[in-house]
Amino acid sequence: MSEQTVRPDAPARIGVSKTYKLYVGGKFPRSESGRVYEVTDSKGQWLANAPLGTRKDARDAVLAARAAVKGWAGTTAYNRGQVLYRVAEMLEGRREQFAAEVAAAEGVGAKRAAALVDAAVDRWVWYAGWTDKVAQVVGGANPVAGPFFNLSTPEPTGVVGVLAPQAGTGFSLLGLVSVIAPAIATGNTVVVAAAERAPLPALSLGEVLATSDVPGGVVNLLSGRTADVAPTLASHQDVNALDLAGAIAPDGPGAAAALEAAAADTLKRVVRPAADPSAEDWTAAPGTGRLRSFLETKTVWHPMGI
Amino acid sequence: MAKTKKTETPAGDARQPVRTGSLFAYAPAPESPAAAGEIATSYGHFIGGEFVGSSGSEALKTVNPATEQVLAEFAQGTEEDVDRAVRAARKAFADWSALPGSERAKYLFRIARIVQERSRELAVLESIDNGKPIRETRDVDLPLVAAHFFYYAGWADKLDFAGYGPNPRPLGVAAQVIPWNFPLLMLAWKVAPALATGNTVVLKPAETTPLTALRFAEICRQAGLPAGVVNIVTGDGRTGAALTAHPDVDKVAFTGSTPVGRAIARQLAGTRTRLSLELGGKAANIVFDDAPLDQAVEGIVNGIFFNQGHVCCAGSRLLVQESVQDELLEALKRRMGTLRVGDPLDKNTDVGAINSAAQLARITELAAAGEQEGAERWAPECELPGAGYWFRPTLFTGVSQAHRIAREEIFGPVLSVLTFRTPAEAVEKANNTPYGLSAGIWTEKGSRILWMANRLRAGVVWANTFNKFDPTSPFGGYKESGYGREGGRHGLEPYLNVEALDV
Repeated sequence: MSEQTVRPDAPARIGVSKTYKLYVGGKFPRSESGRVYEVTDSKGQWLANAPLGTRKDARDAVLAARAAVKGWAGTTAYNRGQVLYRVAEMLEGRREQFAAEVAAAEGVGAKRAAALVDAAVDRWVWYAGWTDKVAQVVGGANPVAGPFFNLSTPEPTGVVGVLAPQAGTGFSLLGLVSVIAPAIATGNTVVVAAAERAPLPALSLGEVLATSDVPGGVVNLLSGRTADVAPTLASHQDVNALDLAGAIAPDGPGAAAALEAAAADTLKRVVRPAADPSAEDWTAAPGTGRLRSFLETKTVWHPMGI
Repeated sequence: MAKTKKTETPAGDARQPVRTGSLFAYAPAPESPAAAGEIATSYGHFIGGEFVGSSGSEALKTVNPATEQVLAEFAQGTEEDVDRAVRAARKAFADWSALPGSERAKYLFRIARIVQERSRELAVLESIDNGKPIRETRDVDLPLVAAHFFYYAGWADKLDFAGYGPNPRPLGVAAQVIPWNFPLLMLAWKVAPALATGNTVVLKPAETTPLTALRFAEICRQAGLPAGVVNIVTGDGRTGAALTAHPDVDKVAFTGSTPVGRAIARQLAGTRTRLSLELGGKAANIVFDDAPLDQAVEGIVNGIFFNQGHVCCAGSRLLVQESVQDELLEALKRRMGTLRVGDPLDKNTDVGAINSAAQLARITELAAAGEQEGAERWAPECELPGAGYWFRPTLFTGVSQAHRIAREEIFGPVLSVLTFRTPAEAVEKANNTPYGLSAGIWTEKGSRILWMANRLRAGVVWANTFNKFDPTSPFGGYKESGYGREGGRHGLEPYLNVEALDV
């Protein structure tokens, strides 16, 4: 507290507003376009300018995500769990900031926004606990009819392109966490297109991730027009999977189909959007669907004998 | 390793004298074609529990690839036929899915038992229609077909315990399109888990091998399976396209080529239809210098010449450590010289007929490309029958990663040999393809096996063995080899509605 602010005759303090930036490869670049777009709250009041991410930004982010795969997938499940838990710790410390951003983004009251942020923190914790259990739950030894040791284990599929939810209860932070955490818990890296009209919680999440021992490139966050960035992720030869949670308006109802068709060229694993994404309740228990969606099952055989 | 004289064979010459080194030639031990039972002159579809005619007039012929003789005519399924079959499956779905799992299980157990009872008949019929040796249909395909129905029968009443959450539900009508390389086994891989989970199916067998699927329809009738639970529509790719595009199917399962799989994925984009794909492969079979060479040679031969190499997970790229290349190749060539190529119905036959003239043309073309691109071709001397479609077990050395024969799926008895020096180089080369279905590792060192297995981007890794299959063991690919797994507990998931996510 500086002396001036407590003096009754001092002029009103001018707040320090934040320049929001992308989060790519562990750094905070501006968009290569040098352009921004206006982000408003649910009532149309200006909040900030967000970087207008481009296709080139998306390609750069894929490069960063690919470079991070080997290290992240190769780290132990125990270590990945610790890192995810660390994200929860960092987020917890910034609850008020995120509550304000969520309240503005989703037009909910302060109390409700705080509850949604708490749920997002808890979701990180939940997925942190999955990292060293998922292999036991979805893998296992197969009792084959012969003298063989035969084991199925899950492995990350690689780079996942994620269109963050654009609607639904708690979409802006809880929904965002609900699509990022399961993908990285299992060792994938992600390139995330943030909710177009509510990107600020996502861009702030980048600041949390940067201080959470998450290696650079594991999570890459882009803001901008989903319709600009999404086709690049869908058709990119070096993206292995696609989560279309946020493939909805303003791209129009056909966007998800077009993106899925583009993804077919490289036979990407695709998680389709909900039938009615605006009705999605991100506070509901997530189940293991997204956790399993970006895993490959590898089965190893070896003869047994002496 | 004893030295043997190199026997160079001019490429493409199908008429070579019988190899003279074999003192003890095997006497023919033919299986009787009559054991296949009666083959009708023409077949329709199997829809709603009945054999029915097609709404169209077009008929295709299936030939015995070992003799080029026409075995039967069968219907080219029309869109109307497909629609009838889907409606029959839809109608049957309500009762079938409502049946307690324990009751559904009994039907599957019955099917498994009847397959076992009729396995000789089915094995002979499969060999006649497909061209694969009777030794394989009898000892591999049919036992595995029965085993798959047994395995999934046991799951039908235990789905709540499969690990996909409480009360998993069937999806509905499953459209299934299968290839010609393992006609009955692919049918079993598809039909058994679909029925166990309470779905009904419309299956399209391949246009060169429809006969055993139609015979399977009889088995469904003998098992008393309710009408419409299994429907079989025959035809070529047009029928398959009509089936996978039908708006009233809830699930599409396809096994076949990567281009067709890609087209189906594109076609289903934006729909709620679920999809699983088992596509092509270009497996690396990696042999280290400490590998037990005799076993490795057997594994390499089994990996690429089993079923004439008509195997998506065939070990078609041999990666051999440079220091043992000469020794290994010599042993491999000697072993290849003992392969008996010819009549699929002869119980001594190792390598049967190529499935079709079209496939033979493709193999021939790719092998020619191998020579044109500078690889060295070798094949053992062996006499090939005058009629039918045949291709000698063939080896290419001096293959580089850029060669077509090292990149494209040949789907024939053609092995490309590449070399490596370090384990890291082996991993790099093995993974250097858009496919990721299977791989093999040969080494005595356990820690190296685990190190390699971790790094290979493939759904199935066989260490010191190759081409092993089992109903309890999930099978399927990474990357462009498709998505989803067949077999094991994992094989249930593509047929279950397990999450709100998938509604």
